[in-house]
Amino acid sequence: MGGALLGCSPVAHAATVPKNRKVVVITFGGGARDQETFAPEGQRNIPHLINELIPQSTFFTQVVNRGILGHYVATASLATGVYETINNFASLPPEHPTVFEYFRRDRKRPASDAWVVAPSNGFNRIGESSHRSYGAGLGARVILPKHLLAAALSTGHSDYHHLLRDNYETPFYAPELAGSEVELEQLEQILNLSVEDFKAHARTLSSPDELSVYVVRQLMRQKAPSLLWITLHDIDVAHAGAFSLYVDGIRRTDRLCAEIWKMIQSEPEYAGKTTLFILPDFGRDSDEDAGGNGFQHHRTGDAPSRTTWMMALGKGVRENVVFDRPLESTDLVPTMGAMLDFSSSYAQGKPIAELV
Amino acid sequence: MLPSDLKPEHFSRYPPEARNLLTRYLAALQQLPLSFVPNLLREAIDYDFKFPAERQSLEKELENLQSLTTSDLADRSPQPQTDKKTEWFQAFARITLSPQLEQMDWVNSPSQFVEQLSAHLWATHQLDAFRNAATDYADRLRALSAPPPPRVPRLGIAVIGQGVDAYDEPLFQKLRTRGAYFTRVRPENGLENLLEAVAARARSNPLPYGHWYIDGGEAAEHSSALTSISYNSLEAVRSTLLTKMRAQIETPGMGPETLRTWLAQVSPSELGFSEAGDPVLDRFQLKLLTEGSGTQIFSTTFAQWAAREALRRAQPCTLLVRFAPRQKQKPMNELISEKQAQAELDPQGSLIDADMGAYYNWINQQRLPGADQSSFLAWFENQREAVAIGPAMPRGTESTSPTDLREVLSQIT
Repeated sequence: MGGALLGCSPVAHAATVPKNRKVVVITFGGGARDQETFAPEGQRNIPHLINELIPQSTFFTQVVNRGILGHYVATASLATGVYETINNFASLPPEHPTVFEYFRRDRKRPASDAWVVAPSNGFNRIGESSHRSYGAGLGARVILPKHLLAAALSTGHSDYHHLLRDNYETPFYAPELAGSEVELEQLEQILNLSVEDFKAHARTLSSPDELSVYVVRQLMRQKAPSLLWITLHDIDVAHAGAFSLYVDGIRRTDRLCAEIWKMIQSEPEYAGKTTLFILPDFGRDSDEDAGGNGFQHHRTGDAPSRTTWMMALGKGVRENVVFDRPLESTDLVPTMGAMLDFSSSYAQGKPIAELV
Repeated sequence: MLPSDLKPEHFSRYPPEARNLLTRYLAALQQLPLSFVPNLLREAIDYDFKFPAERQSLEKELENLQSLTTSDLADRSPQPQTDKKTEWFQAFARITLSPQLEQMDWVNSPSQFVEQLSAHLWATHQLDAFRNAATDYADRLRALSAPPPPRVPRLGIAVIGQGVDAYDEPLFQKLRTRGAYFTRVRPENGLENLLEAVAARARSNPLPYGHWYIDGGEAAEHSSALTSISYNSLEAVRSTLLTKMRAQIETPGMGPETLRTWLAQVSPSELGFSEAGDPVLDRFQLKLLTEGSGTQIFSTTFAQWAAREALRRAQPCTLLVRFAPRQKQKPMNELISEKQAQAELDPQGSLIDADMGAYYNWINQQRLPGADQSSFLAWFENQREAVAIGPAMPRGTESTSPTDLREVLSQIT
């Protein structure tokens, strides 16, 4: 019995973590409801998740976010394991240590081993907290593909401000950048791409999330980070109130998740040693809550806007298993800690026993 | 400042009718918690520009607050009024506010206060407690004085799919289970017949702001008995607003919250509404554009949000909403191409938007008094599909018999 218990313990599991294990997190952003995804009437919007990924995954049907339902602050909460209370619209770092800082400090990993790819300029501070025991120099590098593209395009012509319209909650607003964003000249050094190649490829893509996935591919090939966090955001076009665009966003995100999984399986640095997590940061308002306007926003704080799902697949994860017990969004970081052998001492959540 | 410090002069910057109203109920306001009062003032400050239904409901609410806060000495009911007041407001009183919130000019800027309050509630994990308090308050208010049913049973109409000749996917899926689905509607003169039917209701039941026609594009010819707004008629206003928003965004230090505060302060005249217009309707349209998300850009969003707000605020007996094609959302590769073509329309996407919009119109209509007698019709414009919902309509049924919209309307009204 002792042996069996030891076998389930996060500590024992961590002791056996291979040094080259990798974790990739995709936030299925920015928030989709069950009725457009996993409910019977929504499943046609996510054929890749349903037919390809779910059968390979451990799937959790209830992940509850008890924090603030703004995309930046909620993603920061996912990345710290603490319900952050920072201003969603300000360029501020999380207040608690991020998963990247825990990982890099405990595992003594260089900056090149933890990366964030996010579509939105507002996310540029997510890689590193303001926590006095962690913070400066211990965080992840952050790439903002749309920012890179706007910079690349503005070398030569005029106004590409519309590309930076990344906060769908407030039309046209693009926050000022501050922090450790990757500069244009680093395109070549990090992604091994010339500005011209980058621009040319961007012209073949239909959305900012597609650009993010293109950058992810380059990053996996050039740097092969052990910890890679990808924030997708196309779905948040729902704030503009056009249902068809929201559904298009879900369908695109579904396809891109499958593409990333295929990349993981086909890249030698990742194949067979990577665990992938896919989860929305939160849901969206229900049709029934008079305080909201259905799919358009996530303002009411009702149960559908707080309750979502998570799938884990790949290295060390059982396939085709579904768990209905409720988890919290803050459980992700401690679970990653158990998988990658680091301590997430300030995180509020608990390691998910079914995964570690 | 706290509500107990309120004095009549604090309302000196309010429009005249709002000032008089609040001064009349000052004693009641002084006894209520700060987490509650600015929410009420946010509504009351616009009293002069409110629809009759809103005015009535605000007056009733204030009357009730007065009765709850009347001195115990005058109270002969078995339960002392102070207990009742505690019962109604204890959950609000338990909400902890910050000194910064208390120091805000919540009398003159109640909307900004409510926005800051909302951020505070999220950050301090009190949002659920506030929601429960607000829901409980609204339930008590409704139980005390149920809003009157409409003078005639409500009728909602949604016309969707303008510009789409054929569509293979099923429409009205969310509405079909609630009523009868018609597959052989003769489309000839359909819109004209619907507009004539709503005009006839307006003529026989004249009510200020009681019968509406909202068009997501160019309004069709319609009776002057209808309150009408359209997306196209606001083109100049939208363009002025977008220009001003862009200028604001480029101002150093501007962020989303400051932008929202700025939007809340924009007046109809700044956007070019004529001074000779209807101030109530102009203010309503202004709010659609400054408070709505996406209403400035997408006509389908405008039509849906305008319907939602008209139902919530004016509580009309009749509402016809016609959706029109919105502009196409350009893919990234088109956005970054050097030559940007004229904005294209997206009729198919707009049909999907409008299908959902029609469902939301029905939901919002059913939130109003008299829902059990209300009727709703959604029609695919110039096509043969429609769904009709009403007390006499069998649910989840399908009719393949030839009919026209006049016949369908006569069955549900």
